[in-house]
Amino acid sequence: MRPFVYEQPADISAAVAIASRFTTSDDQPTRANAQFIAGGTNLADYMKLGVAEPNRLLDLNRLKESGLRQIRVTDDGIRFGALVRMGEAADHREVKERYPVIADSLRLAASGQIRNMASLAGNILQRTRCEYFRETSWQCNKRVPGSGCAAMEGFNRQHAVLGDSDACIATYHGDFAQALIALDAVVHAEGSRGARKIPFAKLHRQPGDTPHIETDLAADEIITAIEVPAMPWARRSLYLKIRDRESYAFALASAAVALDLDGETVREARIALGGVATVPWRAGAAEQSLQGKKLDETSAEAAADAAFAQAQPRQHNAFKIELGKRTLVRALLETRDMKV
Amino acid sequence: MSQPSVASNNGFSRRRFMAGTVSAAAAPLLASTAQAEAPVIPQTKLRQPVVTSLRINEQPYELSLDTRTSLLDALRDHAGLTGTKKGCDHGQCGACTVLVDGKRVLSCLSFAVMNDGKDITTVEGLASSDGKLHPMQQAFIDQDAFQCGYCTPGQILSAIGCVNEGHAESENDIREYMSGNICRCAAYPNIVAAILQARDETKGA
Repeated sequence: MRPFVYEQPADISAAVAIASRFTTSDDQPTRANAQFIAGGTNLADYMKLGVAEPNRLLDLNRLKESGLRQIRVTDDGIRFGALVRMGEAADHREVKERYPVIADSLRLAASGQIRNMASLAGNILQRTRCEYFRETSWQCNKRVPGSGCAAMEGFNRQHAVLGDSDACIATYHGDFAQALIALDAVVHAEGSRGARKIPFAKLHRQPGDTPHIETDLAADEIITAIEVPAMPWARRSLYLKIRDRESYAFALASAAVALDLDGETVREARIALGGVATVPWRAGAAEQSLQGKKLDETSAEAAADAAFAQAQPRQHNAFKIELGKRTLVRALLETRDMKV
Repeated sequence: MSQPSVASNNGFSRRRFMAGTVSAAAAPLLASTAQAEAPVIPQTKLRQPVVTSLRINEQPYELSLDTRTSLLDALRDHAGLTGTKKGCDHGQCGACTVLVDGKRVLSCLSFAVMNDGKDITTVEGLASSDGKLHPMQQAFIDQDAFQCGYCTPGQILSAIGCVNEGHAESENDIREYMSGNICRCAAYPNIVAAILQARDETKGA
């Protein structure tokens, strides 16, 4: 591992000031010399592998702003401080009652130990588990821009079928992000150019021909909070995750679903898909296909077809299209049948 | 826990050899009391060691560490507490689980310097001073919940964390919330039985 200087900034403005001193506006946060660390479950792993090579780590855990560690439920919705740990949010009574899809997505992610360590903001910024990204001897356009993509013709069973490009097919593996994009969450960030709000759907960038640009954040910007709007009907929501083993595995396919129903007719549907795309993936076409329809097996299957209409299979991951569709159909019908 | 009987005829044991080596290596790194009370000098240069205060099993330690040292390596190689095991070293197996301020975490994915001032509990700190095992340790023996034993310290610490989180209410709960601890010998059914046995006593411990 590359040696690094370790600092514990006292508050957000100090953290931003140090970060801007040691980074430039052209730096990607994941490639900058100075990087932030909170839980460390993703970054420490990638530093050990030589994928991440900061020479200065800014530990955010001692920041004094107490809002960073709080979950606040108000009439406007719910606000998660960036440093709240996944386990705490998963077990939060009002999160479980009002937004089951959020609690499910956190509970089904990682392991008990990792959920105790990982911050919510760090979780949404977790980097891909693509084997060719993780192992530095392979070509990878995300790790070394322009070097090529070994996954394209390699063993790509885990890889994305949606949002891919000729440069990158690495899957976004997070679960929480799927709930957040489905519920129109907003991310609050602070950097040297001030504070701003980023709609969740604009936070992550599809790879295109610049897969090394993963998010909209600047290298000196810190996520401070994640806000989810009030949505009384989100009590009817869930996260369904399908994987190779029953627990502690990344999704092969998953679906975050929230339904506003009038009887069995869909007033509004919110759908996001995990394990199948390069970024958190809102399935807008599937949502529209359900609007005003009676939700049954036929309309659910039509929605699933719409969700995967643009899917691009590779040699080993074509199964994800059928699996993804069945996952979504089951998630839709189970959400319809929830007692709320 | 009883010492493994690995002593050879001349009374030389691998465990004693390892322990001797570690304490000899660690001794120069232990800061003196006077140094510990002096203000910590912020690290400004790469590779400059950082003095890190850890309270491990209720004993204070001052360790002078390279910032790259994981909490796991600090425990094993610098504090000489080799009960915590290194499995994958990448957060995938759970063998390195310890409690930090009472919560179970993976010591391999945490830099030791980030734990300055924290309370760490490892498997060496579970038994009471009279040698009586923690209920969870006793339950692992009673239920035959290990074979090779390599994952066991992590399993036991994770099990205590799992119970204290309130996630050991049913067998299914235990299986789900203990999924971060892999046992290559597949002692899972007996691990579940051990946690059920020790659950109520652990809550009071």
